[in-house]
Amino acid sequence: MAMNSLLSVENLTVKYGDRVGCRNVGFDLFPGEVLGVVGESGSGKSTLLNAVSGQLPPHSGRVSYKTRLNDRCDIYGMTEPERRFLMRTDWAFVHQNPRDGLRMSVSAGANIGERLMGVGWRHYGEIREAGLNWLEKVEIDDDRVDDLPSTFSGGMLQRLQIARNLVSKPRLVFMDEPTGGLDVSVQARLLDLLRGLVSDLGLSVMIVTHDLAVARLLSHRLMVMQGGQVVESGLTDQVLDDPQHPYSQLLVSSILQV
Amino acid sequence: MSNFENTAYNFAYLDEQTKRMIRRALLKAVAIPGYQVPFASREMPMPYGWGTGGIQVTAAVIGPEDVLKVIDQGSDDTTNAVSIRNFFQKTTNVETTEETAKASLIQTRHRIPETPLTDGQILVYQVPIPEPLRFLEPRETETRKMHALEEYGLMHVKLYEDISRHGDIATTYAYPVNVAGRYVMDPSPTPKFDNPKMNNMPALQLFGAGREKRIYAIPPYTEVVSLDFEDYPFTIQKWEEPCALCGETESFLDEVILDDAGGRMFVCSDSHYCKSRQEQGHSGSQSPDAEKASREVAE
Ligand SMILES: [Zn+2]
Repeated sequence: MAMNSLLSVENLTVKYGDRVGCRNVGFDLFPGEVLGVVGESGSGKSTLLNAVSGQLPPHSGRVSYKTRLNDRCDIYGMTEPERRFLMRTDWAFVHQNPRDGLRMSVSAGANIGERLMGVGWRHYGEIREAGLNWLEKVEIDDDRVDDLPSTFSGGMLQRLQIARNLVSKPRLVFMDEPTGGLDVSVQARLLDLLRGLVSDLGLSVMIVTHDLAVARLLSHRLMVMQGGQVVESGLTDQVLDDPQHPYSQLLVSSILQV
Repeated sequence: MSNFENTAYNFAYLDEQTKRMIRRALLKAVAIPGYQVPFASREMPMPYGWGTGGIQVTAAVIGPEDVLKVIDQGSDDTTNAVSIRNFFQKTTNVETTEETAKASLIQTRHRIPETPLTDGQILVYQVPIPEPLRFLEPRETETRKMHALEEYGLMHVKLYEDISRHGDIATTYAYPVNVAGRYVMDPSPTPKFDNPKMNNMPALQLFGAGREKRIYAIPPYTEVVSLDFEDYPFTIQKWEEPCALCGETESFLDEVILDDAGGRMFVCSDSHYCKSRQEQGHSGSQSPDAEKASREVAE
């Protein structure tokens, strides 16, 4: 475990009964760094994401996080209230399907404002103002602030989910196939936006994707997973341009054929 | 009728074991103000919409010396109020009254009497939906966790949404409150007009939800605060005119349609309060005397 890492994962193993979800995974994530996790479906990358983000207790191993107060805390050693508080303030989670991350029955402004109200904001005008600011940042017209998400397009929904997550100024963002299910042109715009936000806000990101183009565009470092294990990791360009492990080579070549 | 005809029933209908079970839930509810205590709600000889939760609570606390008042939407005379009053008259033979000050036990649906309640009185509310967070979070496992961890941001999301849609907090009934600085509670479908009466009330307030199997309580003299925003503070309903029958300007008014021609008037929803004010000589624009007086002037 590196001293200056924001998030450290050591020997993480998740089992589903006898079946192994992921085995002995370890990595450090540094402030401002974007880590991509690639692999086919069933490779264990989603299991790893859920276990690292505090939503799936591992069978063994440790996930630790350095808080704003500079103490390093064990994610599964803290109390549930502490963990839930961390997850809705300092952390964020962007789901592949924005409907899983949004409240579809309340307006865009209320969706963005929820985290603020959750930490005690009690001034309507200020909460609405923050909502309008964030709509602008994710390129949604401010006259949509009172509209229900159900009137939004897929790309807008995903951008709204991102705004709802980032409004609390998190330091660490988990993303699960954030561009999955979107048209190619919509994907490109979203990727641009994500890249801008990540660098402007200095976010640390763990992003899981099966799309190597997305991984190349967003991540600094890459981990390749197969059968629940990390088979190769390194700088993104290095892994994609000169893969060492046979499975990485296969993955890269199959994208080249597309 | 006044005889204790149904000797086959236990006092107040429920058997003693059930009453003890409900009393245990009530004690827990009083000990943790605003917290929803699960209880094994029993079948009552009336449908759920009729306030079976409130009836079970009343049955568990009523004694032979009690004087019972039953109101529905402020009135002692609706079918619902009359049936519940008759039910307890038959099964307990206790004295009943319409006078708020005379009652030791008041079961209510949708209103708190206008006459301030005092030490020693008990107010029992009939509750249809006890969970204030359900509007936005239908999963009960999640709402229970939110209460346990005091994660109440969602309650303000609802109020935020009100202001965004209607320009103001449009919730006028079942307006959420914070009890004793801890639990957020749904005061049952009473108008928000009655919320301030709950704060520091000398009487004990008990809430029973039959279908949802929940009991909760506010002990006497407990702080009850209506949720709001700094720039949209909580306010109660106001009417532009006084009660048409008793001239009261500080009570909750119901609109009454007078004729097919669109004639209408506003009168106190608390029927007994209004009647006693009239008996004390107060009058309004539609009082029989006032009408007579205005007719005489016209002639
Ligand atoms: Zn009146």
